[in-house]
Amino acid sequence: MDNSKTTVVVGMSGGVDSSVTAKLLKDQGYNTIGIFMKNWDDTDEFGMCTATEDYEDVRLVAEEIGIPYYSVNFEKEYYDRVFRYFLDEYEKGRTPNPDVMCNKEIKFNAFLDHAMLLGADYVATGHYARVEHGSDGVRMLRGIDDNKDQTYFLNQLSQRQLARVMFPLGHLNKSEVRELAQSYDLATKDKKDSTGICFIGERDFKEFLSGYLPANPGRMIDMDTGEDKGQHDGLMYYTIGQRQGLGIGGDSGPYFVAGKNLETNELYVVSGADNPALDASSLTASELNLINDMPETFECTAKFRYRQKDVPVTVNRLSDGRVNVDFHESSRAITPGQAVVLYDGDVCLGGATIDTVYMNQKELEYLG
Amino acid sequence: MGVYADYAATTPLDKDIIENVMVHSDEFGNPSSIHKLGKRAKAHLESSRRAVADLLNASPQEIIFTSGATEANNMAIRGIVSKYDRPHIITTEIEHASVLNTYKSLEAHAEVSYIKTDENGVMNMDHFRQELREDTRLISVMFINNETGVMQPVYEIGQMLHDHAALFHVDAVQAFGHIGVDVKNLGIDLLSLSGHKIYGPKGVGVLYRKTGVMMTPLITGGSQEKDARGGTENSMFIYAISQAMQKAHDGRTERTIREMQMKEKFLNDLTQAEIPFKVNGDVNQSATHIINLYFPWAKSEFLLTALDMADIYISAGSACHAGTVEPSHVLASMYGEDERVMKSLRFSFSHLTETEEIERITEALKEIYERLV
Repeated sequence: MDNSKTTVVVGMSGGVDSSVTAKLLKDQGYNTIGIFMKNWDDTDEFGMCTATEDYEDVRLVAEEIGIPYYSVNFEKEYYDRVFRYFLDEYEKGRTPNPDVMCNKEIKFNAFLDHAMLLGADYVATGHYARVEHGSDGVRMLRGIDDNKDQTYFLNQLSQRQLARVMFPLGHLNKSEVRELAQSYDLATKDKKDSTGICFIGERDFKEFLSGYLPANPGRMIDMDTGEDKGQHDGLMYYTIGQRQGLGIGGDSGPYFVAGKNLETNELYVVSGADNPALDASSLTASELNLINDMPETFECTAKFRYRQKDVPVTVNRLSDGRVNVDFHESSRAITPGQAVVLYDGDVCLGGATIDTVYMNQKELEYLG
Repeated sequence: MGVYADYAATTPLDKDIIENVMVHSDEFGNPSSIHKLGKRAKAHLESSRRAVADLLNASPQEIIFTSGATEANNMAIRGIVSKYDRPHIITTEIEHASVLNTYKSLEAHAEVSYIKTDENGVMNMDHFRQELREDTRLISVMFINNETGVMQPVYEIGQMLHDHAALFHVDAVQAFGHIGVDVKNLGIDLLSLSGHKIYGPKGVGVLYRKTGVMMTPLITGGSQEKDARGGTENSMFIYAISQAMQKAHDGRTERTIREMQMKEKFLNDLTQAEIPFKVNGDVNQSATHIINLYFPWAKSEFLLTALDMADIYISAGSACHAGTVEPSHVLASMYGEDERVMKSLRFSFSHLTETEEIERITEALKEIYERLV
């Protein structure tokens, strides 16, 4: 097939996945163009933009595989649409997922538009997911590498977006991608995968967040005994189910974060990994995105966090893009602000943002 | 073939000049050596210096060869500032980075006033008069702005400084070859030039230093360049820059007429193609080869990419290390925090620019414009 008339803009981050993505597309004969997104302003105190090693890697790889490469600055868009959301959610005591928002608003919105206006037919990224084009539209499938599948982060993409997307790595295992990078001898072949939230990078999360939101220390209360277990550093620093960093001594542990009361500024903790306070049987979520047409009520499987094993659920759509998700068996440590993502076998149906969590119809005191 | 319209960034090498350089390349002696070979090299070097001096209406001993205009600007500024105890300096907000960032790095050692710019792209002379003090030691003003092409009131300042002790430093990188540069007539004490903006090689420049002006050397070493700059002279490229300057001088009328025609054609074509744009700065006060345009319908970064994809090479603002376009400090000085700063492009032409190339730029812009609206 002659792909040379099809222009594909690859979002190149300077990592190994997007490098291999670009190489595969180029080898398939597409008119391939690499674009690096600068989403975060790391300007130093002298007002100079700092050297970006990632861009340097994009340059090296693009030269190696022989494609044009460019940059685009989405700092403002990222700040307005992702970072503000990120801060707002923390302020509400929730645990946001900036990666989901970044895909929805930046990579497959601002960047997609930018690429289309430059004359692209498709945008490609190094995500581990698959897109299938059929007569009734597009379906998004899990990447075949179970351990790397990234559909969780892509759950908010629409038909319009997915129709313009290619995920060339969806059919590969991560180890194969690494091997390809080695065999192509790409400059990024030995580069480590990035971890954590992109704008925080290697920095300390608490320190980063305290630079934007006031930390308000308060008391830690044992939900079962009512006992005061010491001071917490600020509700925003804790996530439901969290075990590390509570600093509670004694023999009764380990302790887990089970809830937050924003009014009293109290952090609720419980002891024991099996403590029933962390169990939930249903949730409600908002911002429901369904990639394909679905009935009002349906059964499927769901993930409440990345890399969790799916659990069977029943979904009831409510008004205003809200949704009720009943678990067939109770599930632990569901976190408001995170995404609930729905699957039918390998097909990702879409997802929503978790708002409230219930145990047998009783709302859990995750957020008060 | 691509269309190059970024001559203010750099120019292609004049092959005749390089051929001439090669002809003389057997003259490899070190001009500091006292044997015959050295003396021949010295004579050759000094004839280049005489040629350069003549073209600026200066004397040979007033010419210092450097590695480029950035070094020349650094040499002038640092060389003067270090002679005084926290001197008062005046410069403008729209200087080239080699001047602006040199002053920024010297803020602990000098008191620097930055003169604002009006919407025409010309430094504000009222502001200049306000800032000029009796103890002002140095004034740095560029002749032609590299982003807008707008000429600065260098002659007027030279006149004003007739009975003032301050030294007058002019970055004339974009001026030489496009307008007359006569250091005596203009009352200039220090002037910098670059080889690669006038079809010479990269890596060579000139600092004119008026007789009597004392500077601390930036590069210490041997006694080359009358102790002003250590290091064996880059004689081949010095010969090349003297040739490039001679050609730019001799062909100035012919070249600038061509540049002007290309610029006018470009503006007319854009208007005819009904592509919305505005000129940044006063077109009537701008040099023949540069035009900066505001396109309200697209960001510079997008346009640069889209034009590059159509093999049209131009520029905007300055590039960040991450390859993105930083807002132009020149346009920011003219228009403040306006979207105009993020939606403008610089086109720069040459006597080598062909009519067909101008047409291709307009066609490409038209196509992009129609895609967007």
